[in-house]
Amino acid sequence: MAQFLSSVPELMDAGLRGSRLPRGRALALRLAAIVAFLVLWSLLSGAVVVLKLFNPIFLPGPWLVLGSVLDMAVRGPLWIHLAATLERVAMGFGAGAALGVALGLAAGHLTPVRNVVEPLVEVLRPIPPLALLPMFIVWVGIGEASKIGFITYATFFPIFLTTVTGVRQIDPLLVRAAQSLGARGVALFTRVILPAALPDILTGLRLGVALAFFVIVISEFIGAEHGLGYLINDGRNFFLVPQMLGAAVVLGLLGYAGNGLVRLLERRLTRWQHPA
Amino acid sequence: MNAAATRAAALLGALALWAAVAHGNAWLGVVNPVLLPTPGEVGRVGLELAWSGELTRHFLTSLGRVAQGFGLASLAALGLGLLVAMCVPLRLMAEPVIEFVRPIPPLAFLPMFLVWFGLGEASKIAFIGYTTFFPMFVAIAASVLRVDVVLLRAAASLGASRADLVRRVVLPAALPGIVVALRVGVGLALFVIVGAEFMGADAGLGHLIMEGRTFFNPAQIVMGALTLGLLGSLINTLLLTVERRLLRWRAAA
Amino acid sequence: MMARGPKIQIQRVAKSFGAPGRAMPALEEIDLDVAEREFVCLLGPSGCGKSTLLNIVAGFLVPTTGTVLVDGRPVSGPAPERGVVFQEYALFPWLTVTGNVEFGPLLQSRPAADRRRTVDRYLDLVGLSAHADKFPVQLSGGMKQRVAIARALANNPAVILMDEPFGALDAQTREVLQDELSRIQRVEHKTILFVTHSIREAVYLADRVVVMTSVPGRIKQVFPIKLPEVRDRFAHEFTRYESDITRVLREEVAKVRA
Ligand SMILES: Nc1ncnc2c1ncn2[C@@H]1O[C@H](COP(=O)(O)OP(=O)(O)OP(=O)(O)O)[C@@H](O)[C@H]1O
Ligand SMILES: [Mg+2]
Repeated sequence: MAQFLSSVPELMDAGLRGSRLPRGRALALRLAAIVAFLVLWSLLSGAVVVLKLFNPIFLPGPWLVLGSVLDMAVRGPLWIHLAATLERVAMGFGAGAALGVALGLAAGHLTPVRNVVEPLVEVLRPIPPLALLPMFIVWVGIGEASKIGFITYATFFPIFLTTVTGVRQIDPLLVRAAQSLGARGVALFTRVILPAALPDILTGLRLGVALAFFVIVISEFIGAEHGLGYLINDGRNFFLVPQMLGAAVVLGLLGYAGNGLVRLLERRLTRWQHPA
Repeated sequence: MNAAATRAAALLGALALWAAVAHGNAWLGVVNPVLLPTPGEVGRVGLELAWSGELTRHFLTSLGRVAQGFGLASLAALGLGLLVAMCVPLRLMAEPVIEFVRPIPPLAFLPMFLVWFGLGEASKIAFIGYTTFFPMFVAIAASVLRVDVVLLRAAASLGASRADLVRRVVLPAALPGIVVALRVGVGLALFVIVGAEFMGADAGLGHLIMEGRTFFNPAQIVMGALTLGLLGSLINTLLLTVERRLLRWRAAA
Repeated sequence: MMARGPKIQIQRVAKSFGAPGRAMPALEEIDLDVAEREFVCLLGPSGCGKSTLLNIVAGFLVPTTGTVLVDGRPVSGPAPERGVVFQEYALFPWLTVTGNVEFGPLLQSRPAADRRRTVDRYLDLVGLSAHADKFPVQLSGGMKQRVAIARALANNPAVILMDEPFGALDAQTREVLQDELSRIQRVEHKTILFVTHSIREAVYLADRVVVMTSVPGRIKQVFPIKLPEVRDRFAHEFTRYESDITRVLREEVAKVRA
């Protein structure tokens, strides 16, 4: 055991990060890790079948999961569920982002707005959004509106809060400098305040995307006829474990792509932060 | 002082706004008044539940699940976070696997946990453990890796062994990051326990809320949600106090 | 008694950084002996490898070739016999002044009363007794560097390695600390290897000044400083050394620019 840990001389050289391994070795280790993960998983599920530990439907191997995803993709239902989830996330997140950024900018810039909005936010924020999901269902029923509205509600908070922070931490000197150069009103807002707060706003959007995928699943568990969350819960009712895991992996890929998109936006919009 | 007064005023303001909207609706009948319970109705439901002992039972059930799941996950995250930071090959192997699993929203695995661990306590505790482990593990490993090499060198030149380095330099230096990670973990645990208790539970605040939906009792939903919010605020305040005592050296006046 | 060899022997030490094949040499063929109780200053253009050399002696870096001997034994890692004072202070921010000074004695499990005495003595020596319970964030740069010096001394090392310890301080504080270090050295008699950019500082403190070439660093010239223990920065002899060393160093700095 002890010889696998970094020794004191090794720690002295480059600290806990360790010295950079050669590219080839680092890549080999990463690939080995993924392969080891899949092999271990396969072996476990194989062992369950061979040793009759428990009913093998509970732990399907990775190839069964992949097979179920491919099967759903070829037969077509995957795309219907994928589209349903994506549409809800896009609409809910879009509305939440628009509301969060607009109110956040206003609250960050105008003290009276902040004094009205912030207390409400402060009261609602500690309540886990999921606790209010049934309220949305009671209010607007089990259809699309409650799912989209719920995502909007959940994503609003991080986006609003980071936007307010972003606006409030703008160096007052920057605003004064712009004013002394003649910027006021809308120009001051669009040319100074918005760009200066943008890095924080984008952080909020990234949190919001993650949260949207986080909460859509459960609102699709509760009364939905389409969507990846429905697929998972449907799998549970019929013990279709490969379908459950497959849908979860697809959700992961979507979340990964969503995060990547916002990062791309970040890199384009805030190039001044890390030039070259 | 002033900040506390402002917050108190804001709370009262929010309460007044809610009361005004709810009572106004009851008067004018814009929507069915049952859908928009007044503060008084929610308070009455709360008192009834408290009186019968139900509220305490649900509260303690949720708290127990959160404490067990989060406790196990934080121990694992701390141990493995340190281990992975001390062992470079292990870290390189862990990274891609974590990158693969982490983008999957944890709630997507909730039904899996019900299938694997049954409808009882085990599935809820395991699910909270699973959900909170990854973010805490990643944050703890990152804060350990950020420890300044100069501090390690200073300690070693004073005669520190590897165990001394871990105990007397790495842990205290990473402590601020560890505390933040634990705070995120608790928040997440309270977030997902609700979801876990929606799906097949017979006690807990999440179950209480779902019951409110089943029996069309919005006042009970609001009551449950507020209790959860209160629990979250309490835990957060507690952790912040601990943090301030523990990390006095960061901003000693 | 046996005639003792030099305290520190740096033998044909070379160091390059980077992957093999694309390695960049930072130090080339350094040979240097430091006698017991001697105070040696390293001077050289920025980036010539002074810190690298010091870190090799401290045991933080492994030389590509060559060895460093202390008391005739090869250096294989950091050890309490070689105390280090860093330019960036490197105080443990979560420990008070006392806690920092006590760190070394604590690792050696010395009894509490003994540790208390050590802390008192060295805090007194650097004039910080009144600030024993403060945290590093509450101290000025000069005070932090005093704590760092006390921390190194409290461990009673035979050798002290200092990498631009006063580099981040303002000119006045710097001279005060130079005075203090010179006074402490007259009491403690350590073997000191000291990196600096200031020729004045080197002439004020050192028994010998070693001037290095631009990167890859080699030893260009060694100046023994034959001045009284207590020095006067305005004495004629003092300024002579200053101008001699300046002339040699300027050639090397010019090479970096070229
Ligand atoms: N970890 C490292 N990896 C790669 N190159 C390094 C590393 N550390 C130092 N170098 C290179 O080695 C050379 C010597 O660096 P070193 O820090 O020893 O210089 P120095 O004389 O202390 O400079 P300064 O006076 O500015 O502190 C420099 O050219 C530097 O770029
Ligand atoms: Mg240097």
